[in-house]
Amino acid sequence: MPINYIFPQFEILRDQTRCIKCRVCEKQCANEVHRYDDDYKIMIADESKCVNCHRCVALCPTSALRIIKNPHSFRENSNWTSDTITDIYKQASTAGVLLSSMGNPMSYPVYWDKLLINASQVTNPSIDPLREPMETKTFLGAKKHVIKRDDKGNIISNLSPQLELSTPIMFSAMSYGSLSYNAHESLARAAKNLGILYNTGEGGLHEDFYQYGSNTIVQVASGRFGVHKDYLNAGAAVEIKMGQGAKPGIGGHLPGAKITEDVSKTRMIPIGTDAISPAPHHDIYSIEDLNQLEMSLKNATGFRKPVIVKIAAVHNVAAIASGIARSGADIIAIDGFRGGTGAAPIRIRDNVGIPIELALAAVDTRLRNEGIRDNVSLVVGGSIRSSADIVKAIALGADAVYIATAALLALGCHLCRTCYSGKCNWGIATQREDLVKRLNPEVGYQRLINLITAWNHEIKEMMGGMGINSIEALKGNRFMLRGIGLNQKELDILGVRHAGE
Amino acid sequence: MLREGKDNYRIPSGCAICGIFNKDGRRISGSSIISAIEIMHARSNGLGGGFAGYGIYPEYKDYYAFHVFYDDDRAKVACEEYLNSHFDIVNLSRIPTRKHPKITNEPLIFRYFVMPKTADLISSQLDEQEYTSSCVTAINWDIEGAYVFSSGKDMGVFKAVGYPEDVGSFYRLDEYEAYCWTAHGRYPTNTPGWWGGAHPFSLLDCSIVHNGEISSYDANRRYIEMFGYKCSLLTDTEVIAYILDFLIRKTGLTYEEAANVIAAPFWTTIDRKEQQEREKLTYLRNTFASLLITGPFSIIVGFKGGIMALNDRLKLRSMIVGEKDDTVYISSEESAIRKICKDLDRVYSPRGGEPVIYTLSGGGTNAY
Repeated sequence: MPINYIFPQFEILRDQTRCIKCRVCEKQCANEVHRYDDDYKIMIADESKCVNCHRCVALCPTSALRIIKNPHSFRENSNWTSDTITDIYKQASTAGVLLSSMGNPMSYPVYWDKLLINASQVTNPSIDPLREPMETKTFLGAKKHVIKRDDKGNIISNLSPQLELSTPIMFSAMSYGSLSYNAHESLARAAKNLGILYNTGEGGLHEDFYQYGSNTIVQVASGRFGVHKDYLNAGAAVEIKMGQGAKPGIGGHLPGAKITEDVSKTRMIPIGTDAISPAPHHDIYSIEDLNQLEMSLKNATGFRKPVIVKIAAVHNVAAIASGIARSGADIIAIDGFRGGTGAAPIRIRDNVGIPIELALAAVDTRLRNEGIRDNVSLVVGGSIRSSADIVKAIALGADAVYIATAALLALGCHLCRTCYSGKCNWGIATQREDLVKRLNPEVGYQRLINLITAWNHEIKEMMGGMGINSIEALKGNRFMLRGIGLNQKELDILGVRHAGE
Repeated sequence: MLREGKDNYRIPSGCAICGIFNKDGRRISGSSIISAIEIMHARSNGLGGGFAGYGIYPEYKDYYAFHVFYDDDRAKVACEEYLNSHFDIVNLSRIPTRKHPKITNEPLIFRYFVMPKTADLISSQLDEQEYTSSCVTAINWDIEGAYVFSSGKDMGVFKAVGYPEDVGSFYRLDEYEAYCWTAHGRYPTNTPGWWGGAHPFSLLDCSIVHNGEISSYDANRRYIEMFGYKCSLLTDTEVIAYILDFLIRKTGLTYEEAANVIAAPFWTTIDRKEQQEREKLTYLRNTFASLLITGPFSIIVGFKGGIMALNDRLKLRSMIVGEKDDTVYISSEESAIRKICKDLDRVYSPRGGEPVIYTLSGGGTNAY
């Protein structure tokens, strides 16, 4: 039926004078966009399949390709946008929930971009990180202030289990299954090399990666995929995933197409079945139940590993975090509504949850008002895009950040938002062997190291500019931030003053 | 009262600091500390000066000596009503001052020797010091126009808006005798001219003079406020005083351990230590991470029976120590020490983050 026709989102511009018909684009495109036309002896494209992942563009030896937004449009309408209209056409023909991938692309305020960082002038000196020590080492875990001494007066360490990070950045949860083996290997090796941690997500831990255990956070999600005693004890910390910023209120989605033999073994589920985690944990219907799961995991790991509770940033996040901080968790991870995902219903991704900046500020303030900020460390993600975002997050009160989208970008992701299709041309979010091998973990892990190293340099430069030579003196140091273009309510929630004040 | 901190603005300042400590407990008049701080005149700008003396009230040494600024009689009446209901007052008087042409706009300045009312103390379930400090906080926070600026035993703080040598003369410090004196000349970028903003800043027996501007201020402030402190003045010195009170009096760290928290050694330094020392330093730095102070500072902390001098860990402010027989001199500049003691046994410049602690030979340090 003609009303089912949806015009292609992208237009592929091929400079036929440059095209040498080498057919690289055809071979590279898992979406089967490009094709050689024997009759006309030229390359042609089926643009309806194009996701604008740039794989063909990047590999075209003669730079003959460009992909642009298709200028074809509906009659202009600020209310009924072309996305809204085409989504209705799709649902009218399929009766399905629309899926997409990666973070919320809507134009909600990005508060990171409305916060400005301070620097020293005259009354105190800035510090040059190239010439003076500049420390970013971070410990995560609960802190107790009760000093215990032995009979000689020496302090006895009574610290809860801690995580030590060389810099306050960790790779956020992305499961093996949603990501390829090579992507996971890149993350694990980079984390080890950098002295930080990566996170298994809810897909279990491939046996090849147990060797990176001391740099691994193992996740326990509502589907319990891949969870067993050895798995729990393999990591440096255990994370209970209560929620995810991209899809608060619902569980994970991994299409059956991505459940290959290896993934099925790691997840402990049959090959080819959709892995749909339940929306809640069915043993956690309230805060008192959370404590029981935390204690179970602590018992299973001999009280040697901190337990992280990850929640999505939702309206009541401060009260929820306060409850978690009293529940026995060591670390709270909060995921903002722009956080990425391998697959989420579009409506949920685009409409549920709140920005991480506001959630972080509200949680940090609440925990301090209640005097329990040191019961837990705070880790925030969704979305952290640069070292400046990290500096701002820590100044608002975070102990560390989770990054995932940025890490995938470092591996070659072009944010085409079709991870759920399993046909990632960059070898990241796919299980197809021919595609997976496109991501060389040797290159991938080095690029991740480069990214974090670069960000760490930038963090140090900004800290030095503020006259701060250790990251803990930045934590919660909101005087170092000023808002720009924010209203009083936003400033109050963020706990910062306006620029010029 | 033109009080600082009220409009939520923070005032950075540079400064001169100075201290004299007699290890043998010999008490000396305030003349020499005034003479020492005077030579560093150029390090102040006339917007604040002050002194702390230890051992000055031997006849009342078991009582808390409250020094209070009042804007007016109304504030005095309200404060005295509060004091009467919480303490037994054994002596009250104006603090003697001498008219000085450069010290003007003085508030009413009163002194009370007090002891918590026994019944109230017991029913509060607090120890004597906690009870007293919470009362001081309550007065400073709740009674408009009243400000307790000294609340220790057998010690006192004297401060005003003006150059320190004029402030010393104004308070007639030549007539007091102490085994430990500290002094401060303030160079704030701006101030409404509030007397309470001058140093030393004190809580119970612990007093602080401070030179510098800390870059960790809001991290420290927001952390320490979790433990019932209210940073109402928005000065670095106030937050440092609360941090020390928290670490030493409430948590039970020694002064040296507290120094290892606020001016913690770099991780590379810690990593080079012997195992036991390494574990201790790591524990302290990790547990009290939010109390690390960064940015330039030099401080002299006076406490019962002792004195501590400490620089930030990069030593971004000058501070020098001189020793002569049983006397220790600490100063921003050596000139101040040479002014009052030409012939020193030893002069040295403490390294950044290295606490210099002297206590009375008879013991009694850390005796909170």
